[in-house]
Amino acid sequence: MFSSVHNPRFLLLHYRWPNLHCPPKPHLQTTAVKALHISQTLTLSSTPTSSPPSQILTIRESLLSRRTTAVELAADYLNRLRRTEPHLKSFLHVSDTVLKEAEEIDQRIQRNEELGPLAGVLVAVKDNICTADMPSTAGSRILEGYRPPFDATAVRKLKESGAIVVGKTNLDEFGMGSTTEGSAYQVTANPWDLSRVPGGSSGGSAAAVSARQCVVSLGSDTGGSVRQPASFCGVVGLKPTYGRVSRYGLVAYASSLDVIGCVGSSVADTGIILHTISGHDRFDATSSKLHVPDFTSQFISKDLLESKPLKGLRVGVIRETLDDGVDPEVISLVRGAASHLEELGCIVTEVSLPSFSLGLPAYYILASSESSSNLSRYDGVRYGNQVVADEINSLYGDSRAKGFGSEVKMRILMGTYALSAGYYDAYYKRAQQVNVNLAGLPALVLPCGFVEGGSTCLPVGFQMIGAAFDEEKLLKVGHIFEQTLQGCSFVPPLVADDFTC
Amino acid sequence: MALSFFRGIQSRPFLLYPSGFFPRKHALFYCTMKSTQTQIATHEKQEPQLKVSTQSKRLDKISKDFEAVIGIETHVQLSTITKAFCSCAYNYGSQPNTTVCPICMGLPGALPVLNSKVIKFAVKLGLALNCKLSLNSKFDRKQYFYPDLPKGYQISQFDVPIATGGFIDLDLPVEYGGGHRRFGITRVHMEEDAGKLLHTGNGSYSEVDLNRAGVPLLEIVSEPDMRTGIEAAEYAAELQRLVRFLGVSNGNMQEGSLRCDVNVSVRPIGQLEFGTKVEVKNLNSFSAISRAIDFEISRQVLLHNEGESNQIVQETRLWDEGAQKTVTMRKKEGLADYRYFPEPDLPEVILGNEYIDGIRDSLPELPEMKRRRYEQMGLSMQDVIFLANDINVADFFDATIAKGADVKLAANWIMGDIAAYMKNEKLSVNEIKLTPQELAELIASIKGGTISGKIGKEILFELMAKGGTVKGLITEKDLVQIVDPVEIQKMVDKVIAENPKQLEQYRGGKTKLQGYFAGQVMKLSKGKANPGLLNKILLEKLNAKS
Ligand SMILES: [Zn+2]
Repeated sequence: MFSSVHNPRFLLLHYRWPNLHCPPKPHLQTTAVKALHISQTLTLSSTPTSSPPSQILTIRESLLSRRTTAVELAADYLNRLRRTEPHLKSFLHVSDTVLKEAEEIDQRIQRNEELGPLAGVLVAVKDNICTADMPSTAGSRILEGYRPPFDATAVRKLKESGAIVVGKTNLDEFGMGSTTEGSAYQVTANPWDLSRVPGGSSGGSAAAVSARQCVVSLGSDTGGSVRQPASFCGVVGLKPTYGRVSRYGLVAYASSLDVIGCVGSSVADTGIILHTISGHDRFDATSSKLHVPDFTSQFISKDLLESKPLKGLRVGVIRETLDDGVDPEVISLVRGAASHLEELGCIVTEVSLPSFSLGLPAYYILASSESSSNLSRYDGVRYGNQVVADEINSLYGDSRAKGFGSEVKMRILMGTYALSAGYYDAYYKRAQQVNVNLAGLPALVLPCGFVEGGSTCLPVGFQMIGAAFDEEKLLKVGHIFEQTLQGCSFVPPLVADDFTC
Repeated sequence: MALSFFRGIQSRPFLLYPSGFFPRKHALFYCTMKSTQTQIATHEKQEPQLKVSTQSKRLDKISKDFEAVIGIETHVQLSTITKAFCSCAYNYGSQPNTTVCPICMGLPGALPVLNSKVIKFAVKLGLALNCKLSLNSKFDRKQYFYPDLPKGYQISQFDVPIATGGFIDLDLPVEYGGGHRRFGITRVHMEEDAGKLLHTGNGSYSEVDLNRAGVPLLEIVSEPDMRTGIEAAEYAAELQRLVRFLGVSNGNMQEGSLRCDVNVSVRPIGQLEFGTKVEVKNLNSFSAISRAIDFEISRQVLLHNEGESNQIVQETRLWDEGAQKTVTMRKKEGLADYRYFPEPDLPEVILGNEYIDGIRDSLPELPEMKRRRYEQMGLSMQDVIFLANDINVADFFDATIAKGADVKLAANWIMGDIAAYMKNEKLSVNEIKLTPQELAELIASIKGGTISGKIGKEILFELMAKGGTVKGLITEKDLVQIVDPVEIQKMVDKVIAENPKQLEQYRGGKTKLQGYFAGQVMKLSKGKANPGLLNKILLEKLNAKS
């Protein structure tokens, strides 16, 4: 069953802890909106649309036909990156070997050697995903300057497919946050409005794709960290089923919820990236051995679509996600997206999940409990920043006091409390019993329209949740939705002039 | 166990206990060629001596009113090729931090993946300890900060251990009064080892060696069923035998492959509730276990007798080998909160019945089964305990009798000359050149009269040192015993004829000279004359009226 839900992170606003800082920047979804002309989006039209093509396929085609070179492509992206980065600050580290790697690809093309499917594709990697030749700080001071001796499995697979890692993107420290303001290093701006946040915690990855600083990016999603920034930045965010992608090399936040996800400017690109990084990994015991289908094989070109391409597909709209507190214009955009699905042949019904409200508190207990444990290894003894002290307890205390930001400290305290003797049953165990199944299911966030955000338009995304390990269907539906959505171009004005898709 | 180190039969020389119970006595048993019976007699004679120590005396006096309650937690390091959660090897004594990887160093992003051998070994030991296996168990994180613990938590098992509710059978050594004991096993669980801290010379800082981090361990928790230091030491020794028989660990205490922490409390006899328990650590040998417990019992009983039982507090004490006493390491300030929770990086451990049955069917004969079998073969408990102590010795013995050797004779040879040789040469039974086949042949050759016992002994040493076959050596050295009375008579006649003076003295009443004549004849026969026949014929000739 498909359910079209509002991004769970939006609910964050209503469940924040009392002493949490108030975001200094307004969130997109709380601003006044200009409703999209919904009827426009619902008609299946045969007129040319602005539906985003796969950049990955376009790059491959232009390289193989020798219309352009990998170096030219890379230089194009790097120029845009250099121009926009002072405003956006989406990267914590930019690789200095991009052009060299692109050159090698061009040489391969000249020698008529086989090209990996992602040859010449610039990928940005969230900085909590390990890369052997670049720093990996997870946005934390405690890992300042830390360079892992290995590539995360997902990164290794991307490289093996020919992708070029362009750099490491900013995030809330250890992925704990939803604005990317929690980074210990810098604040990333939203490409649609530089005064606003890009969402988080994968804010850097979403902003980088949105501003076309890279083709695609890897993020990580524990409680919405790929989906929510994708929505904020008007890009496609894919959170795969837990276990679909190896977590080896992903700096752990909450191990039983953490998933590496993909951000792209089209459904096709996220599908191609997912296919590249999926599969069982002998270095991750929780990675699934299930067969990985070619997610893109079911994509149907718009010209070949029937009038009701999604006929019979049942979609549930979760009532609890469209309740009070959500911006009415956002609600109407999401309802519009649901109507669009109906137009495409889906059977859309509104459903109620009474336990939905328990999901968030349960998530916070589980995530902070696991994070309090996962972050124990940052003790200043083996790597990262060490504060010299006369005895070991001061070394621990001072290194951690100086190395962790306040949000991280709070979650460690909360998690330690929840796991303590006498409280374990009341918190951790009870939280485990809540049906937080949603956390493990795959989800796709697609831009579905705009709201007015003061001087500029702001994109709005909606989320579709699928059955476990059925990303294929999600992507197929998303691809059809994307192609039939009219009148929307999700390239921010910041780069619209020099980026033609 | 006790016997084993008196005689020194161990598969590895370094497993001998240099500070065994009573190291002074070792030499006594290796210099002579006494039969087993003689050796037993020696032991028994020494028994009173063994118990003479100030501690034991004091214990004897007070133990009438008090009873000690002892439980043991044992950590067994598994001899898997790779560590529990990564592909690093572990070799004791490697240069610090040379067998490490991102996983066992706890680097960010690294994940554990369980080595399936750990489960196999745990199931083996669980079955051997007569435990109930959990078909569905899991790993948990035990959280505490220590520099040798790279992740800030130890992967262990908390509320659902892989095996529970078993027992272990053992036989106490005869010199400690003998007797069969059955001690309860509370649980067996899997966990990973931590690294080691290396303290620098001036003590101003320490260094961390993570070679050992992530090495698989099984923790075995006993019921508080033991009452004396000897019982506890024997429990540990039986566990060591068990893990060695099963091949799951080298069980070496000096290397730390088998580590015992004991909990000791005393209570007035008749009292149901336990006294305050004290944990004792740093026990690097079975004798240390025994002596530390006996010390601790007398310390606690003394405090009781002096009306100061409130001085017995829940604490961890260290055994000081030099001072032969326990000293306070740390007092417990409330229970440590390890904040256990299920390890999210590892799937549950699910055992299938087929898997368990497969392992059960492949279990070797265990020490207890061996002892009962040897007992039924008519061997004395001394022999039984000795032979079943070391799996290699037991295998050697079994192979020898499988070749048809007399059970008792085979036992005597192995426990006597062979054990002595191995001890002197610091060799294990697998390292000597003698094969069970040839030992059986040797025993048969003596029993059948082909060679004398004395020549048999000479051949034995040659076989142990250089190898070869009994038949080959007999032919090569022309060692076949002379059993032909005519031939012996000829030699007797010759010796008597060559020693007229001695003959005169003999006949004059100095009958002791018979030994001299026998020796001369034996010399003439190059030791090959059958001694019985020789003496019979010699006596006839010497006493004959000429
Ligand atoms: Zn390792």
